[in-house]
Amino acid sequence: MLAKRIIPCLDVKDGRVVKGTNFEGLRDLADPVEMARFYNESGADELVFYDITASAEGRSLFADVLRRVAAEIFIPLTVGGGIRTLEDFDRVLKCGADKVSVNSGAIADPALIRAAAETYGDQCVVLSMDVKRVEGQFRLFAKGGREDTGIDAMEWAVRGVENGAGEIVLNSIDTDGVRAGFDLEMLDALASRVQVPIVASGGAGRMEDFAELFAHSGMDAGLAASIFHTRQVEIRELKRFLRDCGVEVRL
Amino acid sequence: MIAIVEYGVGNLFSLTSSLQALGLETEVTGDAERLRAADRIILPGVGAFGNAKAKLDDTGLTPVLREEAERKPLLGICLGMQLLFERSLEYGEHSGLGLVPGQVAALREDLTDPALKVPHMGWNSLRIVREDPLFRHFRDGEYVYYVHSFYAKECDGSTLGISEYGNVPVTGAVRRGNVWGTQFHPEKSGDAGLRLLQAFAEL
Repeated sequence: MLAKRIIPCLDVKDGRVVKGTNFEGLRDLADPVEMARFYNESGADELVFYDITASAEGRSLFADVLRRVAAEIFIPLTVGGGIRTLEDFDRVLKCGADKVSVNSGAIADPALIRAAAETYGDQCVVLSMDVKRVEGQFRLFAKGGREDTGIDAMEWAVRGVENGAGEIVLNSIDTDGVRAGFDLEMLDALASRVQVPIVASGGAGRMEDFAELFAHSGMDAGLAASIFHTRQVEIRELKRFLRDCGVEVRL
Repeated sequence: MIAIVEYGVGNLFSLTSSLQALGLETEVTGDAERLRAADRIILPGVGAFGNAKAKLDDTGLTPVLREEAERKPLLGICLGMQLLFERSLEYGEHSGLGLVPGQVAALREDLTDPALKVPHMGWNSLRIVREDPLFRHFRDGEYVYYVHSFYAKECDGSTLGISEYGNVPVTGAVRRGNVWGTQFHPEKSGDAGLRLLQAFAEL
């Protein structure tokens, strides 16, 4: 059977990883290539690179980072941030990305998902969603979680999958940064609506949170940033723990 | 020199990089003479079977690959492996290169559990069913990375390794004579995948 995936997420700005890091022993503590190497050796199943640069210069630095990572790390790479057009897909795929994640770009242009899926295949298109509870509804947020779109997030996910999204990253704004566990209620609601792999994001603080996540059906992967970057949770140790809990992982 | 067949299907960045990381001389080419001059050939591919086979036919590479497969090691990866078989039932019926017995069918139709997701995407354990030099540096049960919705079956003793997905034994690796194929992506399967590519280079 498929192993449950553990995915560190690297936010990159101007060629540097920006979330708090604590990597003793690495030459450069915020060099994405060094971090990718470290995570690959730690047993990460996939890496997500998020481009949070706004400038053209930053964008070209990001492409350079991606090429350097893809030239030496041979696990799946997902890239997101600033993906608005098919040209953006093309740009990052040429640098070695395997999957491309769209968020605000798909909200601004809902036709983007279908166009990308038709061009590159469903498996290449990841729909990333920032979701928060508003008035008893799971509400889709845009612009890095700052703007309430008024759209029902679960409806949005169903539509995305119909249009060809091959995977969904669900980031719960309600649990993000709290480190008290993934938003299982929100994730379950999504799993009951779509049949593509679900990557859970937001809220992981301890190894037990991942075990709890994978005890729920329909969960394929757990994604986190700072708990891995600060080494509060070590991926190798996490995977051994999960295996002991009866979760299938790649070790 | 390992020639990677360029026929307008898919992105060859990772495959080329992985071979280069192993220090292997590689050339991406769609030229028949270069394929004839190579020591080994890798046939990559992503996308739809019918389209890929049409491109091999249109570029005149189909007979070249059939000839060269008699003379040197050939490795098909993912859709490149599926093209090695006799036929595919992906959106209609298409004939393949016919280098390995078997046919390519929809995974969904053979899965009894509707909750299993298709594409079969992610890391699955490869169980070796027949020892082969391709596994010289590979341990039984190591995880490899798959992304596919169709799979090979009825391979008539050519199967080298399988990965279980629900009730379906997914054909992970095959061999017939000089021709090898992996449904998974060795160039995305971390260290285990690199060791498999290294073994291919040593065949």
